[in-house]
Amino acid sequence: MPPHAIIAALQGVLPLAAVLTEPAQLAPYECDGLSALRERPLAVVLPRTVSEVRAALVACHHLGVPVVARGAGTGLSGGATPHAQGIVLSLARLNRVLSIDPLTQTACVEPGVRNLAVSEAAAAFGLYYAPDPSSQIACTIGGNVAENSGGVHCLKYGLTVHNVRRVTGLLSDGTAVTLGSGGLDSPGLDLLAVGIGSEGLLLVVTEVLLQLKPRPPVAQVAMASFDDLGRACQAVADIIAAGIIPAGLEMMDRQATRAVEPFVNAGYDLEAMALLLVEADGTPEEVTEEMARIDAVLRAAGATAVTVSQSEAERLRLWSGRKNAFPAAGRISPDYYCMDGTLPRKQLGAMLAAMTGMEARYGLRCMNVFHAGDGNLHPLILFDANMPGEWARAEAFGAEILSLCVRLGGTITGEHGVGLEKIGSMCEQFTPEERAAFFAVRNAFDPTARLNPGKALPTLARCAEFGRQHVHAGQLPHADLPRF
Amino acid sequence: MPRPTLDPSILPALREQVLAAASARAPLILRGAGTKDFLGEYCVTDREATANATLLDTRVLNGVVAYEPTELVITAGAGTRLSGIEALLATQGQSLAFEPPRFGGDPTLGGIVAAGLSGPRRASVGATRDFVLGATLLDGRGEVLRFGGQVMKNVAGFDVSRLLCGSFGLLGLITQVSLKVLPLPPAETTLRFALTSAAALQAFQRWAGQSWPVSATAYAAGSATVRLSGATAAVSTAARALGGEPLPKLEADHFWAGLRDQTDPWFTHAEHLWRLSVPTSAPLPAELGEPLIEWGGALRWHRTTLPPRAVRAWAEAQGGTAWHWRGGVAGQRLHPLTPAVLAIHRRLQQSFDPAGVFNPGRLLADAETLHG
Repeated sequence: MPPHAIIAALQGVLPLAAVLTEPAQLAPYECDGLSALRERPLAVVLPRTVSEVRAALVACHHLGVPVVARGAGTGLSGGATPHAQGIVLSLARLNRVLSIDPLTQTACVEPGVRNLAVSEAAAAFGLYYAPDPSSQIACTIGGNVAENSGGVHCLKYGLTVHNVRRVTGLLSDGTAVTLGSGGLDSPGLDLLAVGIGSEGLLLVVTEVLLQLKPRPPVAQVAMASFDDLGRACQAVADIIAAGIIPAGLEMMDRQATRAVEPFVNAGYDLEAMALLLVEADGTPEEVTEEMARIDAVLRAAGATAVTVSQSEAERLRLWSGRKNAFPAAGRISPDYYCMDGTLPRKQLGAMLAAMTGMEARYGLRCMNVFHAGDGNLHPLILFDANMPGEWARAEAFGAEILSLCVRLGGTITGEHGVGLEKIGSMCEQFTPEERAAFFAVRNAFDPTARLNPGKALPTLARCAEFGRQHVHAGQLPHADLPRF
Repeated sequence: MPRPTLDPSILPALREQVLAAASARAPLILRGAGTKDFLGEYCVTDREATANATLLDTRVLNGVVAYEPTELVITAGAGTRLSGIEALLATQGQSLAFEPPRFGGDPTLGGIVAAGLSGPRRASVGATRDFVLGATLLDGRGEVLRFGGQVMKNVAGFDVSRLLCGSFGLLGLITQVSLKVLPLPPAETTLRFALTSAAALQAFQRWAGQSWPVSATAYAAGSATVRLSGATAAVSTAARALGGEPLPKLEADHFWAGLRDQTDPWFTHAEHLWRLSVPTSAPLPAELGEPLIEWGGALRWHRTTLPPRAVRAWAEAQGGTAWHWRGGVAGQRLHPLTPAVLAIHRRLQQSFDPAGVFNPGRLLADAETLHG
């Protein structure tokens, strides 16, 4: 089907302004938050209503055209990178909060509603939406559903999958489907759980029923300094072992604190090898009790200093450095590459030590700010894209981190998704039979394989290619892993 | 680090059994402790479903594979009994927070996940599926497939381990599961109030919108019961603010266990029992009779003899579902799936269990599944 015929078909079923085709109009959609990967789509479709979404899907179904759904485009794994022979289906204009129900503590929203906008709309009822990815000002609920987004509070409050009751969407042929229900469970396979985190391969989300929570009346954060990364990691385990589930449990290494401090003046201890931020929230009595226990555990674990926020302003100031780590990386380096792997907490120390070695081998610096409580790392590899070979070295550095995550019993992505970025690493984490099972799941929802094709799931050929790239001097990496 | 597995001699034997059943197209009944034999579209006690079937006893998949308290994760074989897991967790001050029902027995981990049912704490901490981090599945082609893992956050590949919650064996035999565990709350107290069902429902809704450490709610026969769990000071402050009559600990534990396991007399005398999963805001219709309410109003039990069609229509109108828990006709017990969702189930089943050998009719009841 020639491109002009596809565009004409879309224009035939949608308002003229809803179909973008000019190169200048398409340019902003060429990439998502992983800007190293770019592609120009045939067209961008911007529906305003569910029936327009359906019309676009039905037209693409009849013409066999790939569809890449997109929210705000803040994703970091290339999950919304366009398909050259397909369209980008932007859900950004479906941005209405349909209802906030204080009786059931739920919000019913369209997919283009921004994450933070949900909490803003719910604030009048003393409620909020708990998952808070760092991009929450911009990222959309539809994108959060696609990626199963987390945030700094998920150890206590869960990921997107724990905070969504129901997802309504359209299959690739335009058939409406509802996963989950208005209740707390529904019969059958948990299709809701598989729809969340499906990276746009299973359905196009048109409506989401979110579980809200009462805003905790009080929150307090403790900042602890450690003169050794290993000791800081042990302190994280000690907090959990003490039976405490903090609202947030984050770590920054010295590379990170030194990068952000000039930027935010958070008052960080710049001599410490690692800083831990430990948050408690709840009723005043709860927070006082928990914070006393946290303080005791941190000191017993060898913290060289512990500061507990005494006001909301101080709490926000202590968090400001953590929340601004990414822009700070952008200030001290022309480019940075943000990785996302998860490990059993006990392996954090081994991973951090290994990364120090990798910095020397790849000749690149790496700063670490991460969700220590979840074992979810976000190494920021600093590089300069204008220096020949640096991007390739950064990519290889990142891939080695992910390989090590798998070997240490973890996973190649904790919350950013596979997208295009980690499709090769999928071959390391899953056997061919397991990958075939993923294709079977995709086939159950989208037998035409037109929703976000080429993402998230590597084909056998792709894995064979990945294997060839990673054989050095006739030696396979991780010879202890099964190979097929 | 190699991924932990069970005794290596068991899995190949089970695999042979599955492959033999698949090639003969002979149905297999996947069964652990049998505590949920009475559940399903066609359940284990329905003769149509089990006439030509062979029992696959999952209790051979017994044993804790890994438990590290500071990781908040336990991994065990699907045939491992709940009592053993809970005893082990208790030594470290931890528990399965979703309070899986026992139904008068000692269920296996695999059965807990395959049924996907959760206990009184569901509304405050989440369901079985919310605590599943990873699972291993032996599918109908004899493949051993590992999904998820042992870490808190994992978005690599579709979340097939959670998909299995509520599967009743449709896609295969769950052989091993990793679950998130949580510390036991430092303090707990149970309060009782004399209230009508309508007043209880209103109170549950009000408290759910506030930051009280409510960990369970129940209403039956003019009496509302609320459990508070959490930091010592928070529980005592909340107990003072909420009022009510504190229940002695033994009596409280007995009450919540009776609710969780349905050994409470309210459940035992009902010929027809319906489980309605609805929004907490759903009204209390007189025609359904006096309910037993759990989960802040999101779970309603009714002992009604109204026609199934009427009960289902009401639940659906509220945005929920109705399960004819006891007294229903075989093949018409679960809430029917919509055609689009049923088609997805069917395609998944065809991929994972092409010969259709696992638990025929247990989850999907139409003729195609039962006799195909």
